Amino acid sequence: MKTLDIRNVVKRYPNGTLAVKGVNVAVEEGELVVFVGPSGCGKSTLLRMIAGLEDVTEGEIELAGRVVNDIEPAERNIAMVFQNYALYPHMTVRGNLSYGLRNRGLPKDEIARKVAEAARILQIEEYLDRKPRQLSGGQRQRVAMGRAIVRDPAIFLFDEPLSNLDAKLRNQMRLELKQLQRRLRTAAIYVTHDQVEAMTLADRIVVLNAGEVEQIGTPEEVYESPASTFVAGFIGAPPMNLLEVVVEGGVALVGGERVAVASRHAGPAILGIRPERVQIDPEGAHEMEVEAVEELGATRLVHARLGNQPFTITQDAREARPGDRFRVTIPPGEVSLFDRGTGRRI
Amino acid sequence: MQSSRFDSPLTPYFLLLPQMAIIAVFFLWPAAEAIWSSFFLEDPFFGTRTFVGFENYVEALSSADYRRAAWFTAIFTLIVALGSLALGMWLAVAADNVLRGRSAYKTILMWVYAIAPPVAGLIGVMLFDQHIGPLVDFVGLFGHEMKVGVNWWDTAIAMMIVATWKQIPYNFIFVLSGLQSIPNSVREAAAIDCRSSVRRFWTVIFPLLAPTTFFLLVINITYALFETFGIIDLMVKGEPGNNPKTLVYKVFLDGFRGNDLGGSSAQSVILMILVLVLTIAQFRLLERRIHYK
Ligand SMILES: Nc1ncnc2c1ncn2[C@@H]1O[C@H](COP(=O)(O)OP(=O)(O)OP(=O)(O)O)[C@@H](O)[C@H]1O
Ligand SMILES: [Mg+2]
Repeated sequence: MKTLDIRNVVKRYPNGTLAVKGVNVAVEEGELVVFVGPSGCGKSTLLRMIAGLEDVTEGEIELAGRVVNDIEPAERNIAMVFQNYALYPHMTVRGNLSYGLRNRGLPKDEIARKVAEAARILQIEEYLDRKPRQLSGGQRQRVAMGRAIVRDPAIFLFDEPLSNLDAKLRNQMRLELKQLQRRLRTAAIYVTHDQVEAMTLADRIVVLNAGEVEQIGTPEEVYESPASTFVAGFIGAPPMNLLEVVVEGGVALVGGERVAVASRHAGPAILGIRPERVQIDPEGAHEMEVEAVEELGATRLVHARLGNQPFTITQDAREARPGDRFRVTIPPGEVSLFDRGTGRRI
Repeated sequence: MQSSRFDSPLTPYFLLLPQMAIIAVFFLWPAAEAIWSSFFLEDPFFGTRTFVGFENYVEALSSADYRRAAWFTAIFTLIVALGSLALGMWLAVAADNVLRGRSAYKTILMWVYAIAPPVAGLIGVMLFDQHIGPLVDFVGLFGHEMKVGVNWWDTAIAMMIVATWKQIPYNFIFVLSGLQSIPNSVREAAAIDCRSSVRRFWTVIFPLLAPTTFFLLVINITYALFETFGIIDLMVKGEPGNNPKTLVYKVFLDGFRGNDLGGSSAQSVILMILVLVLTIAQFRLLERRIHYK
């Protein structure tokens, strides 16, 4: 069953900005969906419409079986975790956790039980009587999560909740967040502009670009068969190599080079190949010269040219120096083709 | 903050000298003079002084007239301080809801504050004028003929209204900037946690405004006590008669109308002590003012 169904949703801000241009997304029960896209693509706007913090200009949002377009945020049965945590500075941690429950008129002992439970799960029991300003960033983050889970919502909404933490803590919290969500079996939407975060967290990824959905799919689908050049360039670090080619009879022509493709398409196209899927092979069909090398520790990026277009290869611990020449094979099964005009996958 | 260094340790004092001189001439010297003369009985006709110790204080504090003025001042101050705070806050919340980020309204409401107190008093007097005052006409509709400057109650109420009115913009500005310093996301978190906007105001917004509110209360009390002189003077038209008066106004009346310099000085010394207490309270508050992130 669908927990959340977003149908043809449009958002136009009063100043005329069209931030969301007809989006359709469904979130299944217990699923963690990540909205990812570059800054300004409308991720937060979409999330805030689900929360009820922004009006929906057009379309419908259905949450747990009822259309919530005209329902107040407090009555939507959602919980939101904000980027800056948005804790109530004048309340203790306990006060922050229990505020929403008190307003709903829950009995005292039930509130106490829920707060204790959330505090135990998130390991914030020792801080219950502190004010937010007496906590570290990571601890505040936990309190913000605690405030969300005590509500027992139909869906969690996260708007870049980890972006104010340092890299190490971010990785740790990301893992915890995922485990927590699994354990609670509550649907969640997680907004981020970080594609690594999206790949590691998501059951399904929604890639947004300029207010429109570019692709919806599992991390694997989005990575292996990007629906457009935008997705191909956005997901994956380093991004997919994109070359302008002309395809003829199963062969793509790049400058003087001939790359075999498993496609019947004919005419101009864009050829995509992931840097780590290119094989270094002394017998390979394409010879190229190392132009620059980026060291990443476990791997290195070798920048070269194919048919005079920039081409990157991920290579594990082998020596490569600028000026060296080497040969590669491009496996036809790893190649994606995109339309030159629309950028959509062919 | 960076601390500056001077070549000679005396330089800063030297630079402060003009300011010090002004404080000395316009504040310290008159204050000393007041304290000094509060211990004397002065004969206005022969210019002679008799030392009477604390007699002026005893007389001031035990006179029924003084106590009546003190009571009136207390009630007047309470109503003006709380009234202007409440109304200023109410307007600020309304403005904040409608105009997040826009400043046109703020400017308009600032104008009222830019009007000097005597002018505000004058406008107030006009509003309560026997012949042309619209408020007098309005009250007349209910069958009561207002006589500001003659009838004690009418004058007292008019004074409070005009004094409160003049202080609203000041409260409005401070509360509005306090409201705008509350992060949007905190309001939004509250909107998700609590459906009643009234309850949200009292449980989240109002507590977060507490530092501003305390600060404004002290400012308002000081204002009501000492800065309403012009308004009161215009209202009672220099004819104290049986009109209500505040302690500050009574100092003026006794000293300049009643020619009782000793008694008036004693009263002003009492007020000085009050100011001192208020100032200390204010500094304490400013120091402790809690800054929320
Ligand atoms: N209140 C507003 N009024 C007008 N335009 C807005 C408003 N809020 C956002 N926008 C515009 O809507 C578009 C989408 O904004 P949104 O905040 O949803 O982006 P985002 O994807 O969350 O970006 P980021 O990753 O930077 O947070 C942007 O072009 C932004 O300028
Ligand atoms: Mg955003």
